[in-house]
Amino acid sequence: MTDNKVIYQGAEAEISIIKYKNREAIQKKRLHKSYRIKYLDKFLISSRTKEEAKLIIEARRAGVTVPIIYDIDLFNGKIIMQYLKGERVKDIFNKLNNKKRTLLCKKIGKNIAFLHNKNIIHGDITTSNMILFNDKIYFIDFGLGEKNQEIESKGVDLHVLMEAIESTHSKYSKFFNIIFDEYSSHLQDDSKKIKLKIQEIIKRGRYR
Amino acid sequence: MISLGIEGTAHSIGIGIVEKKDDSCKILTNNIKTIKPKKGGIHPREAANHHAKYLAEIIKKSIDETNIDKNDIDLISFSKGPGLGPCLRTAATAARALSLSLKKPIIGVNHCVAHLEIGRGVFKKCKNPILLYTSGANTQVIGFSEGKYRVFGETLDIGIGNCLDKFGRIVGIEFPSGPKIEKLAKSGDKYLNLPYSIKGMDIAFSGLLTAAEQYYNKKEKIENICYSIQETAFAALTEVTERAMAHTEIKQVLLGGGVASNKRLRDMVKTMADERKADFFVPEKKLCIDNGAMIAWLGILMYESGTRCKINESYINQRFRTDDVDVTWRD
Repeated sequence: MTDNKVIYQGAEAEISIIKYKNREAIQKKRLHKSYRIKYLDKFLISSRTKEEAKLIIEARRAGVTVPIIYDIDLFNGKIIMQYLKGERVKDIFNKLNNKKRTLLCKKIGKNIAFLHNKNIIHGDITTSNMILFNDKIYFIDFGLGEKNQEIESKGVDLHVLMEAIESTHSKYSKFFNIIFDEYSSHLQDDSKKIKLKIQEIIKRGRYR
Repeated sequence: MISLGIEGTAHSIGIGIVEKKDDSCKILTNNIKTIKPKKGGIHPREAANHHAKYLAEIIKKSIDETNIDKNDIDLISFSKGPGLGPCLRTAATAARALSLSLKKPIIGVNHCVAHLEIGRGVFKKCKNPILLYTSGANTQVIGFSEGKYRVFGETLDIGIGNCLDKFGRIVGIEFPSGPKIEKLAKSGDKYLNLPYSIKGMDIAFSGLLTAAEQYYNKKEKIENICYSIQETAFAALTEVTERAMAHTEIKQVLLGGGVASNKRLRDMVKTMADERKADFFVPEKKLCIDNGAMIAWLGILMYESGTRCKINESYINQRFRTDDVDVTWRD
């Protein structure tokens, strides 16, 4: 593992391109944060790395397009995975024409339904955490995810996406409905319960 | 332009007079009077009565303190919301009375946005910050994006100040509990596990509060509980702020709200900002807590960019969302 080239510095991790067993790979390394006490820092880094790797593997089994995991290093908070040479959905969402944007939203909705069918909660579904590669939407960054079957968690999961679209793609905030409709048609459970839950969560926010 | 601002969203009544000169904010006076309930939380009616009792007196004192005549005031600003209805109505009534008697225009402003704008007003370098706004009722991460102030993250249940005050009430620390919890935390040396709850860029504190109460019932040392509450809650706040900064690619961070007085929270956010090579700003305490100067300042910005408000439309809005504000004064 040489030639670390940092391509993205996120809030909690550093993404770099490395050589892993003679191929290009992505290394996600969680960074130490000196603002928090050592105990909390170590705990958050190792538990999130472990949880994330587990969830990515489970998501793959559920039929969701996610990067393939090559290696995990819990002590140093590293996950080595497939390098997806695509584009961040955040960067292209506003630029697409309506037809392509609709198609994209449908793929997003379907993938989220596959996750939720297996009770996988992503925890941070934003357009920054999706990559369009080979015409498929890849979900990345399961760092805040968990396994949970409750309607509440699924509702919160979708609410995070709704807020992200409202804040970053405000002109196209209605496209959340397309995502939700496609989500509903692939969900094994009754999506009405989740819709009601989202409405409840919106009202829970301050001053709604 | 000179504006007199009346702030009355919750337990404080504030009168501030500010002047806009060369695009920066000059504070001529900033007086705050706060009701301290003998026990329990703030009762909206009692807070409103408190405000009504002292309003005229503080307005007079504020104008007398500055070297201006009351007719030099060009604009009356008031806190339109969000906040407690009776308190907001009391402040708005005073604003209307002043506006009519001085024959000066009136303008209602958003309290949360005022917290951000005052930072931009007093710090020349603070041009486009992410605001971590932490007070009793509010805990929001706010930034400017696509023409509006957007809430990137906020509490899903209670505000952090409210969380600290509620814990204070359980263990018998009087209101406001934040400063005493901070003092006790300094002698804490053992970290007790508490729920660390982040959902995307949103945050929740009620689980932490319940767990902290359980530690208290199990006779854990109060210093250690306070230490653990601060370390956990503030780390989570710092993390969501950093997430918003990474998400928006904004390189400035500003603190606001009463809890911004806490030195540990300031240190954490400053450390985070330093590591990201971002600028860190925190206004003086009087401009962090609820105050009239920030209301007056935002009033000027809105008025100068063309916003007008008729006296018969100068109503309040208890649920005035940050993202409902039409931002006319920024590109």
